[in-house]
Amino acid sequence: MTGEKIFTRNFHLTDSHTLRVYRETGGYTALGKALAMEPAAITEEVKKSNLRGLGGAAFPTGVKWGFIPKGSTAPKYLVINADEGEPGTFKDRYLLERDPHALIEGMVIAARAIDSRLGFVYIRGEYVQPWRVVSAAVKEAYAAGLLGKNIQGSGFDFDVVIHRGAGAYICGEETGLLSSLEGKKGWPKIKPPFPAVKGAFGHPTIVNNVETIAAVPHIINRGAEWFAGLGTKTQGGTRLYSVSGHVARPGVVEAPVSVTLRSLIYDHCGGIRGGRRLKAVVPGGSSAPILTADEIDVTMDADGLKGAGSMIGSAGVIVFDETVSIPEALMVVARFYAHESCGQCTPCRESTGWIYKMAHRIVDGKGRKEDLDTILDVAKRGAGTTICAFYDGAVGPYVSYIEKFREEFEALMRSASGA
Amino acid sequence: MSDARNPEFTSEQLGEVRRLQSLYPDKRGALLPVLHLAQDTFGYVSLEVEEYVGGLFDLAPTHVHEVVTFYTMFFQRPKGRHVVSVCHNLTCHLLGAKTIIDHLKERLGIDVGETTADGRITLQTVECLCACEQAPMLQADDRYEGLLTPDKVDRILEGLR
Repeated sequence: MTGEKIFTRNFHLTDSHTLRVYRETGGYTALGKALAMEPAAITEEVKKSNLRGLGGAAFPTGVKWGFIPKGSTAPKYLVINADEGEPGTFKDRYLLERDPHALIEGMVIAARAIDSRLGFVYIRGEYVQPWRVVSAAVKEAYAAGLLGKNIQGSGFDFDVVIHRGAGAYICGEETGLLSSLEGKKGWPKIKPPFPAVKGAFGHPTIVNNVETIAAVPHIINRGAEWFAGLGTKTQGGTRLYSVSGHVARPGVVEAPVSVTLRSLIYDHCGGIRGGRRLKAVVPGGSSAPILTADEIDVTMDADGLKGAGSMIGSAGVIVFDETVSIPEALMVVARFYAHESCGQCTPCRESTGWIYKMAHRIVDGKGRKEDLDTILDVAKRGAGTTICAFYDGAVGPYVSYIEKFREEFEALMRSASGA
Repeated sequence: MSDARNPEFTSEQLGEVRRLQSLYPDKRGALLPVLHLAQDTFGYVSLEVEEYVGGLFDLAPTHVHEVVTFYTMFFQRPKGRHVVSVCHNLTCHLLGAKTIIDHLKERLGIDVGETTADGRITLQTVECLCACEQAPMLQADDRYEGLLTPDKVDRILEGLR
């Protein structure tokens, strides 16, 4: 498929991760431009571009930057969320390994906009190769005067620290990530205060996803209007979709945010493998409510999927063919949320554990007649009662799998009881 | 000799600890990086290692313990020379993770969570490692290995000596 390529434009080049190749393809020209701009003008440009957070929450990036208290003399931190962990998502791994300088250039520009002198890249601990590649790129950037003191003679100083996580999905939640960065267990914090006011080490902090920040140099170079024009009225740009499961060609796909789910599956990824039929799709990582085969004529922007009763999340698209057992899939997903609940809030800690047990016994043929309604009741009661969005993310699959495929659950339970 | 029961960093490693601590506005920020260093050095994070690392951060051992036990990558008991972590999350499940896990259990003669008697390999299942385009996949020590078949798993095991 043709179309504008921003994030993936260099992926095919040999040594695309090096400073040399990044510069040969126009890299770090946006930085010079941004360093000559007023910080507020950078934020304004990002606002106008309709760039929205590409990690999960889809919050407008420029608006988030604007939450840093005006005139604050406290240190301010920029933290990059490279704790990619949402099941079905792998696009940040590609960016970290194949275009780390786009992230670094975007970081310096963002830091300039929010007046930060210190940034962190929080990379999930299992991502050893991405950590090595990004660390090498940061070293190159320091040696070339693109990080550190007096960047390109501008008088602006900015340092970057690469931080490795140690295995915990919850650290992808921005306040959990900050707790972890501070050397604690990754417990999310109550908001407000929001990180922009009181974040890492108690100071104003902006947390942005890798892909979000990698978009920034392109916006500065080519203008907010260009970027906004690639998308819908409420979200600009292209983005990366991680497509996996039963498609013929799984992988990272770059497409405008207005692409339809049907087009992603059938045009970009070759349709369903083995000539089988589509059964269902999880459109935005495992926390996104499932869509059935006849619900895929939906645009993949944040508002399009919201309108379809699901969410874009991290844009991890997991495709199920007709052979998939939905009860088994629910058990796998429920096991994940039970394992990853941080245990801080009672509704989440208790419900994720018990719902996994119920899903497990349904699959084992020992389900009780009331189990489905109990899961729905427990799930819905807990939604919105916890410190962070983790439990709401678990409720997405619990409720949608059962409500959309209830007959399949009931048939399984009937056959198990011999009725 | 320094080990997990009697841990002590070399003076060079202590210099690295101080360098890591200096990178953060509060030195405690370096706790996870230093715990990684400790595990790489001593093999696993024993209670003695927790106490030793706590001393480097002016933290009570209990505070280190609650961090160590929160994260999946820190081993609190001796592990094998190699660790094989198989993803059993959604996409890998759809594409046959169970076959891969059963094959590994049979080949190694151990259950998930166990280490072979010769101390060569620890087998564990893990949640999504975010390489779903290569499902089913596993992590062998630092490396991601995907598009697994039983034959490919055998070749990977041969490389782990």
